[in-house]
Amino acid sequence: MHRVASNARRLLSGALIALAGLSAALPARAAWELNMTQGVTSTAQEAYDLHMLVLWICTIAGVGVFAVMIYAIVTFQKSKGAVPATFTHSTKAEVIWTVIPTLVLVFLGYETAPALVRIDDTRNSEMTIKITGYQWKWQYEYVGQDYSFFSTLANTSNAARQLGSGVDPKGVDNYLLEVDNALVVPAGVKIRYLITANDVLHAWWVPAFSVKRDAIPGYVNEGWFKVDEPGVYRGQCAELCGKDHGFMPIVVEALPKAEFEAWLATKKAPATVAAN
Amino acid sequence: MSTTNHDHSHAGHDHGDHAHAGHDDHHGPARGLTRWIFTTNHKDIGTLYLLFALVMLFVGGAMAMVIRLELFQPGLQFVNPDFFNQMTTMHALIMIFGMIMPAFVGFANWMIPLMIGAPDMALPRLNNWSFWILPFASSILVSTLFMDGGGPAGGWTLYPPLSLQAGNSFPFTIFAVHLLGMSSILGSINIIVTIMNMRAPGMTLLKMPLFVWTWLITAYLLIAAMPVLAGGVTMLLTDQFFGTTFFQAAGGGDPVLFQHIFWFFGHPEVYIIILPAFGIVSQIIPTFSRKPLFGYAAMVYATASIGFLSFIVWAHHMFTVGMPLAGEMFFMLSTMLIAIPTAVKVFNWTATMWRGSLTFETPMLFSLAFLFLFTIGGFSGLMLAIAPADFQYHDTYFVVAHFHYVLVPGALFAAIAGAYFWLPKWTGHMYDERLGKIHFWLSAISVNVTFFPQHFLGLAGMPRRIPDYATQFADWNMVSSIGSFGFGLSQLLFAYIVIKTIRGGRAATAQVWDQPEGLEWTVPSPAPYHTFDEAPVVK
Repeated sequence: MHRVASNARRLLSGALIALAGLSAALPARAAWELNMTQGVTSTAQEAYDLHMLVLWICTIAGVGVFAVMIYAIVTFQKSKGAVPATFTHSTKAEVIWTVIPTLVLVFLGYETAPALVRIDDTRNSEMTIKITGYQWKWQYEYVGQDYSFFSTLANTSNAARQLGSGVDPKGVDNYLLEVDNALVVPAGVKIRYLITANDVLHAWWVPAFSVKRDAIPGYVNEGWFKVDEPGVYRGQCAELCGKDHGFMPIVVEALPKAEFEAWLATKKAPATVAAN
Repeated sequence: MSTTNHDHSHAGHDHGDHAHAGHDDHHGPARGLTRWIFTTNHKDIGTLYLLFALVMLFVGGAMAMVIRLELFQPGLQFVNPDFFNQMTTMHALIMIFGMIMPAFVGFANWMIPLMIGAPDMALPRLNNWSFWILPFASSILVSTLFMDGGGPAGGWTLYPPLSLQAGNSFPFTIFAVHLLGMSSILGSINIIVTIMNMRAPGMTLLKMPLFVWTWLITAYLLIAAMPVLAGGVTMLLTDQFFGTTFFQAAGGGDPVLFQHIFWFFGHPEVYIIILPAFGIVSQIIPTFSRKPLFGYAAMVYATASIGFLSFIVWAHHMFTVGMPLAGEMFFMLSTMLIAIPTAVKVFNWTATMWRGSLTFETPMLFSLAFLFLFTIGGFSGLMLAIAPADFQYHDTYFVVAHFHYVLVPGALFAAIAGAYFWLPKWTGHMYDERLGKIHFWLSAISVNVTFFPQHFLGLAGMPRRIPDYATQFADWNMVSSIGSFGFGLSQLLFAYIVIKTIRGGRAATAQVWDQPEGLEWTVPSPAPYHTFDEAPVVK
């Protein structure tokens, strides 16, 4: 019995260390990533902050509850001569351990609700992009600019991901996270997106933006993001949409505003010429 | 369990207890296969349910092994994406409807009459039928894998329009779901009628063992939730074959409506699975703490609160569908409320152990693992309730980790704990304690190696239901796969232990454990074919 208990102790302390490690927000490493990204938008930062808040609440509550459990398991053993007490209930204890979690949840709700309101507020956007999900690609339309294009999995990834392709994915740049045509957006601009789907459900998810919204046939959902740092950000479809659900990535390239406008002008030019 | 055939005549007389006054009117079970086909005996039917669940554990488990094998490293090595999707869909359907629910109904059949001092279930023929629907329904479900176009591949949630892209197997899937639901409803009716009408004199509602209470509430949840699922899948069927457009936007329908219908069933379903697990653990922890369950009344009220809340939180599965702000706010806050009764339960179990006299037989070990690991699953559930953070967690491996923590070291560990706890009562033999402990440690370690890294994968951005992944997810996926292979193999040991115990072993006493509480321990082990012909009196 004693050996079992000490095994249990070791195992549990291991689990607690792992939990603590999870909450320590280790710096990003390529592979053994543990935590949520802090992202590059205010929404992502809010998601991260709330995630860390609730994770810490859970960690503290978990350490407290597990410590009591482990103390009980270690201390009140029959093999150590423990004699069972006879108490069966305590209204005082029930009230205390009902009220404390309630207060913690009220605090958590108080912290969370305003963030939800801010995330939902699409007013004052400077431009609108319409996103349409297809099996298995994305279409991006710059609303009012008369320009749209499709974005599909890059050929290198597509070749490597075939069953028995013999290509080692580790040798493919951005395996499964590369597309032929990235969505290009201006940095520092509040962008409203409209999202729908043409066939089945999809979901457009870029972790660095904390944007995840379902693309639903017959619905036009909306949301917004504002990327402050120029850069390339990657994501994936997050709603099961059939056999190639895992193979319709999202790549967003945020350019400084002037560069974006120059890019859009060059893209629109051939289309205009063709129309004429 | 064929060894129980004639035991009751000996064992019953040896004890000479009240359970056997009507002995002359009854005979033992019929011989051979017909015993099992035509049986109306709650113990036989309980055994059938439990053995069926054990078989389905390996069917669903084999599918999980295919999934983890493909995810062992990036790239597609073994199966094509469509078959992978069939595996994730079928794994869930089989494990939920074919394994864990039948397992708990098996416990209900065996134990509720014994616990409330009833001679059998109230509706024995219905009981026979509700079991025998299951093998046929499950066979239909599994057979879809071999049909033209393969089995369902749109996820167990069957979201349209994707689920309507299924091949010829689609109506078979719907029919199987209908049958499985019907079986559950019939079983629930039987359980409610039994508990309400057949309690021994003096067994007032608030004297019932907690397992009976949790099942009473579960049965009501089932009756309320299952017809909603049946309606939803019927609408899918008519959309596919009869020209309706309930869920098709092109015809004025609404794909999101299905999600509301599904989760109005689906969230109570979560508690349908976990409440009986709470009940089993609430029987085991007091037994091995040698101390009554702390806060019995609070536990009953907490269970009822969870049952009620389960009907008003469903859309927290749908935070990303684009609900109005008020909807998101309501479902976020109501979901957070569930943490309160759940925390109360965990505190009461802990208080039950406090100043007890603990021993650590296998059922207790699994119950303790349940206590720790279900709590971890509860914490990640609270995290998922936070809508702004859920926009990051939703449909990632973080969700997969969360629900596997509540379903595997939660519900399944409770079922395994219950099996070890009552196997001596069912078979008359003690299981092999040393093997049981080995099974526990292998399971407890490998389940964490499997599912804990999935939290990391989800937080790092890996979507769920993908057959292949970007290379930054490779390391934790490999760890998770290795853990899952270990967990799968460990359950073979469980099957071996169960079979070994059925076939023989040290004879169990009537009490089996050290002064356990409850009527089931007043009858001999193995429990005679007919018990409580004359109702015991409960003081």
